[in-house]
Amino acid sequence: MELDLAFIWAAIIAFAVLAYVILDGFDLGVGILFPFFSEKREKDVMMNSVAPVWDGNETWLVLGGGGLLAVFPLAYATILPALYAPIIAMLLGLIFRGVAFEYRWRTTRGEYLWNWAFAGGSMVAAFAQGVALGALVQGIPVENRAYAGGWWDWLTPFSLATGLAILVGYALLGATWLVMKTTGELAERARRYAYSAALGTLVAMGVVSLWTPFLEPTYLQRWFGWPTAAFSIIVPVLVAGCFLALVNGLRTQHDSRPFLASLGLFVLGYAGIGISFYPYIVPTSVTIWDAAAPDESLAFLLVGALILVPLILAYTGYAYWVFRGKVDPEEGYH
Amino acid sequence: MFENFDATLLARFQFAFTVSFHIIFPAFSIGLASYLAVLEALWLRTKQDVYLELFDFWKTIFAVTFGMGVVSGIVMSYQFGTNWSVFSDKAGPVIGPLMGYEVLSAFFLEAGFLGVMLFGRNRVGPSLHFFATLMVAFGTLMSATWILAVNSWMQTPTGFAINEVGQFVPADWWAVIFNPSFPYRLVHMVLAAYLTTALVVGAVGALHLLRRTSPLRAGTMFSMAMWMLTLVAPIQIVAGDMHGLNTLEHQPVKVMAMEGHYESHSDGAPLILFGLPNPEEKRIDYAIEIPKLSSLILKHDRNAPLAGLDTVPEELHPPVPIVFWSFRVMILIGFSMLGLGVWSLYCRWRGTLYRNEWLHRVAIVMGPAGFVAVLAGWITTEVGRQPFTIYGHLLTADSVSPISAPAVGASLVAFIIVYFLIFGAGTFYLLRLMSRLPRDPMGDLDEGPIRTAGITPAPQATKHEGARHGT
Repeated sequence: MELDLAFIWAAIIAFAVLAYVILDGFDLGVGILFPFFSEKREKDVMMNSVAPVWDGNETWLVLGGGGLLAVFPLAYATILPALYAPIIAMLLGLIFRGVAFEYRWRTTRGEYLWNWAFAGGSMVAAFAQGVALGALVQGIPVENRAYAGGWWDWLTPFSLATGLAILVGYALLGATWLVMKTTGELAERARRYAYSAALGTLVAMGVVSLWTPFLEPTYLQRWFGWPTAAFSIIVPVLVAGCFLALVNGLRTQHDSRPFLASLGLFVLGYAGIGISFYPYIVPTSVTIWDAAAPDESLAFLLVGALILVPLILAYTGYAYWVFRGKVDPEEGYH
Repeated sequence: MFENFDATLLARFQFAFTVSFHIIFPAFSIGLASYLAVLEALWLRTKQDVYLELFDFWKTIFAVTFGMGVVSGIVMSYQFGTNWSVFSDKAGPVIGPLMGYEVLSAFFLEAGFLGVMLFGRNRVGPSLHFFATLMVAFGTLMSATWILAVNSWMQTPTGFAINEVGQFVPADWWAVIFNPSFPYRLVHMVLAAYLTTALVVGAVGALHLLRRTSPLRAGTMFSMAMWMLTLVAPIQIVAGDMHGLNTLEHQPVKVMAMEGHYESHSDGAPLILFGLPNPEEKRIDYAIEIPKLSSLILKHDRNAPLAGLDTVPEELHPPVPIVFWSFRVMILIGFSMLGLGVWSLYCRWRGTLYRNEWLHRVAIVMGPAGFVAVLAGWITTEVGRQPFTIYGHLLTADSVSPISAPAVGASLVAFIIVYFLIFGAGTFYLLRLMSRLPRDPMGDLDEGPIRTAGITPAPQATKHEGARHGT
């Protein structure tokens, strides 16, 4: 039987992007919440809670980009020019917040600057990712293997809405992460922010979900045509379930349940988007089979991915396990 | 703004700018990761505190450097798509999987174990911690291997075919990866990274030897760095020569530009030491040359004929003055490294390695030279590849995205401002970290002048970071 390598790779890339969204989501979220905590001690603990893992989290973004170039070069070559401005903004935001992890400890006089770099960079990166997502969902025109739209096509009310949605959603991941990883006053504050962020996320998911089907006839067909309409019913039910688990976990002082429930919300939202535009990789111009590199390329990298991705998951899991439990406020930086 | 600029030129400038900034950090972190692994191994073996103290000192510097390398590297992984989308579409099936392997086998490894290396010593114990350090060092080398395979394939492409939509597609992966220039470039670059690191470590050691506050720590790192320089600089010169001969075989036009040979020479070409390339008149003005030496170096025969740029259509010439100068800067620095290495060996033999203040001063001046040499070398090989992105097969002008000059120009300005701001601050912090070597503890001073007054006891000296960050 001939393996559908393009399909397998679409699944792997989708997994990499999902891994990125939920992993870097919480550490960007910690950055987004940074200005809401004024004490230096609290900021130190917040940063220390993600410092050992943020770099690994962001590597999934490189895998998403590099993987796209390797296995769906046409998608890489059309999506990135189409999303030029948000991508550049995201990269610059990631630079500011990435260096802040080290720079912040290297100065006392300039510490406030790097606090702002961390917060501002995280917000810009999160918002730009949301805008990029919205611009992708609303469709990218392609002609002669090249992006055929204008330079401001990405900027629409819908993409701004998805930008805000991601910003609020990451804040939720960050808040529930802090509930799980910290103690005392800091955790209590994070718990209060988690309530507002949870409500905001739910509203944002609702707005985006109601808006999406009317962007493209394909989406409308997917959402309300059989058999995919089954998902249109199941997904909202599961979302409601996650939301209840989240609020319940926050109320009953459960430490890890709110975070896991927030991850659940992200997975469901992500699945909803994926269901909308499969099998397109550049909606609604290029399918995964149009964009796929030749089988020799797909097969060559697949061998590596099948061996290395489980290994990566194993040692990434180990790294998280080493730093498990609550962050010790007395533990300094390296 | 930028409406009157050429979008391709702006895109080239943007790539050159972002990649030049980026290469500085890996060039240092590849060498430093290996150095950290050596220091930790020495500590585990000998249990001498000085190695652990040096490890902690350089570990912090590594963390800052690595952070800058990560963020400037993420930019690179998207540069191909934003500004060079046609190249990405065409070359993606060949170079993409190699970069995919770089991410899977190197980036994740570095990132996964970096956290343990930086923060985890008290949590995992010495052996596992050493394992984490080894994985970080191994990851940096794996990363260099894959990305140099990509770059070398663009220089000397083999093992591919072209499909019906004009994409480069793999025909033989072995030939793609082990393309003719790859082994030479890999060796040359990894040695360059080690030399760059040795020069920085040597300069920091020399600085603190001159300050005389921590002679044991400063002396240990200075001695290690000078050994590295003494042993590796000559190997690098041989490796560079072999790389040059490989280039002559596969990219002769690049060598013509490096040598400044506008004209062909039928019986023995001269080696032009210095001169002013004059692209309009197609000659080197005020050339100082040694007759027949170029043929002797390149062909191992002083009378061998050597073709010049006059045998190549002008539209296929790389920009000669840039390549001519960058090549000479690299060579000059390479031989200066050899000189410093030999001098340090002489001082070591005379027993003045830790006392010769002129040696220390020169070592400090040479501290940043490795970075200059790395940049000059990359400029030589990349500009020398022009006007192609994939040598002989895809022109740079045909690789660029359908972008407009204002978009590229605006993002270029943004990158320039942000990079100078961010990496300027980073360099400042690095220099400050390097200048703050904790004093040697009392009792360990077995050489150099002993200054009893004001020596900080060991535990406080080594815990300086915790004290600063803690409460």
